[in-house]
Amino acid sequence: MSTFEPKIVAFCCYYCAYSAADLAGSLRIQYPANIRMIEIPCSGKIEHTLLLTAFEEGADGVYVAGCMEGDCHYLKGNIRARKRVERVKKILDEIGIGGERLEMVNLSSSMGPRFAEVAREITERIRLLGPSPLNRAAAVSGKEEDSGR
Amino acid sequence: MIVAEPKSLAEIAGYIKDAKKVLVMGCGGCVTVCLSGGQKEVDILAVSLRMLRAKEGKPIETVCETLERQCDKEYVEKMSTLLEGVDCVVSLACGVGVQYLAERYPEVLVVPAQNTKFIGGTTEHGIWEERCGLCGECILASTGGICPIIRCSKSILNGPCGGSSDGKCEVNPDTPCAWTLIYEQLKRQGRLANLQEVFPVKDWSKSRDGGPRKYVREDVLL
Amino acid sequence: MSEREATPELTTESKLERLFSQGHFVVTSEIGPQKGASAQNIITHTRESRQYCDGFNLTDNQSAVVRLSSIAAGIHVLQHGGTPIIQMTCRDRNRIAMQSDLLGAYSLGVRDVLCLSGDHQSFGNHPTAKNVYDIDSIQLIALVKKMRDEKKLVNGEEIKHEPRFYIGAVENPCGDPVELRVMRLEKKVQAGAQFIQTQTIFDIKKFEHWMRLVRDAGIDRRVNIMAGVLPVKSLRALKFMKENVAGMSVPDELIDRMSQAQDPQEEGKTITVELIERLKKIDGVKGIHIMPVGWEAVLPEIVTRAGFLPRPE
Repeated sequence: MSTFEPKIVAFCCYYCAYSAADLAGSLRIQYPANIRMIEIPCSGKIEHTLLLTAFEEGADGVYVAGCMEGDCHYLKGNIRARKRVERVKKILDEIGIGGERLEMVNLSSSMGPRFAEVAREITERIRLLGPSPLNRAAAVSGKEEDSGR
Repeated sequence: MIVAEPKSLAEIAGYIKDAKKVLVMGCGGCVTVCLSGGQKEVDILAVSLRMLRAKEGKPIETVCETLERQCDKEYVEKMSTLLEGVDCVVSLACGVGVQYLAERYPEVLVVPAQNTKFIGGTTEHGIWEERCGLCGECILASTGGICPIIRCSKSILNGPCGGSSDGKCEVNPDTPCAWTLIYEQLKRQGRLANLQEVFPVKDWSKSRDGGPRKYVREDVLL
Repeated sequence: MSEREATPELTTESKLERLFSQGHFVVTSEIGPQKGASAQNIITHTRESRQYCDGFNLTDNQSAVVRLSSIAAGIHVLQHGGTPIIQMTCRDRNRIAMQSDLLGAYSLGVRDVLCLSGDHQSFGNHPTAKNVYDIDSIQLIALVKKMRDEKKLVNGEEIKHEPRFYIGAVENPCGDPVELRVMRLEKKVQAGAQFIQTQTIFDIKKFEHWMRLVRDAGIDRRVNIMAGVLPVKSLRALKFMKENVAGMSVPDELIDRMSQAQDPQEEGKTITVELIERLKKIDGVKGIHIMPVGWEAVLPEIVTRAGFLPRPE
């Protein structure tokens, strides 16, 4: 495995994270193509099963990006998201995939450069961890698969 | 409601290690209310088991469903169509539901996914506490609505004991001393006279100490 | 000491009851049975100290730690010339076992029993054991009285040879709320308690406050109250009491004294004797209960320095 390219799913909230991503785009700041972004109305929309299914479908890493704490458009959505992420991290440890493959980050919509920085950091961290034990594509090689719903 | 707490994934996986197809069955009653055994939890458990087994190279197929309640035969009957090819049923119900499924479907292995803990209520979203000791002879009318059988760690009827301090139980500093609560409530209501008589010994035969219990409504039996 | 009225008729053959009724200031002590099948420490201590106190409490699996049983220990005390006060907690036995044990203890010569709730088993070395608590300490007091005075078991059945125990109970004068403590003491006396041994006292002011409420309620005239003291031999021991024992009050002044002491053991003994001096002067206190936990050998010196010798026959 000379260059393992991790598949990373990022659930990004419309109000902050997705806007930050947009800003990064318009500022022409590069971030890795490993990131598959999924826009959601609020980070609090994520459910445990959604995160687990992303891994079941072969994602090597997943992160949930929401607003800064205290600034959530829906008041506490990002707090709920963090709690759910913590629980799923524990489940991932119990399964043996490793909770370190899942993370919660907080951004504001103006943080274009920070969005890109986070994307790069996570990609590198997951690259070092190697493919997820459930990444069938990495085992077989070649075939791209969409993950998430 | 009955409050149950999920067993560890490892323990459940251990029960079903030889199964190839499992039915993960939730209950829409108490365990849904205490957020441990409803449809959401069924889905989480099912995907976790699939992932754990995929990682081991021994994939498992899961069927997910939730019954209205697992403690009524009419509802338990409805799952008979889901058992095709199923080796094992993982029930997220309380101990009652697990036993109902096991009794109705003796040909499959039925295993519990939860440890049934107590009967109680929600004190705040996400926290449930034990409130009733199921003693079979309720004395709440005399104790200001606070149960000494279950809220006192020693089930004292003439309390408090010498270990009560600052209104807390000696067993756990987070547990209020039931007798301090009772005293304060009766004082508030001007009913401290209730506490002057020596409360006589309890008839525990009305509780589980008398053997498994039954309640019958003759007028309803056909 | 206040003038006593005509001696009320004795309810038992208990030496303690007789001494109280004769107006003596009673002194009791305590022996902790060991975690093994040997009664050697009980025998040694009984023989060494029986002339220094009027009776020895034998703890009942104290702190929910398994030890040689209180009743068996009591028999060893009897066999070596001492007077045992057996303790019975509600934690480990149901009413069937309790009544049975009491019948047996009486048949072997025991005459005094202290009724307690008992520390919860989570404190001890068998926290996974089943919790009995069939009856509580007040119901136990009533049970012992019923056996003696009505000659009946708790279920109402008659007993041919009834056990006639002198009944004791405990109370914590420093617990709160204090009105509740006094109410509970009243209930114990109502149920049949005849003597009370208090929890260890370090805080005289708190104890005096409780005694005032007890006297106001007239309880001191209906029950014999004995103040409890525990000789400590180190600062660590005193701090342990302050921080780990529920409902215990230790004034900072005593902590300071122990921490500054050149010879902590000596200071500990001095403090104990001083406490006893003050406690025996409090109106309504009819005796002292000395608990030399882990330091049984100190009893003779404490009793001597407190001026309690010779003990009455």
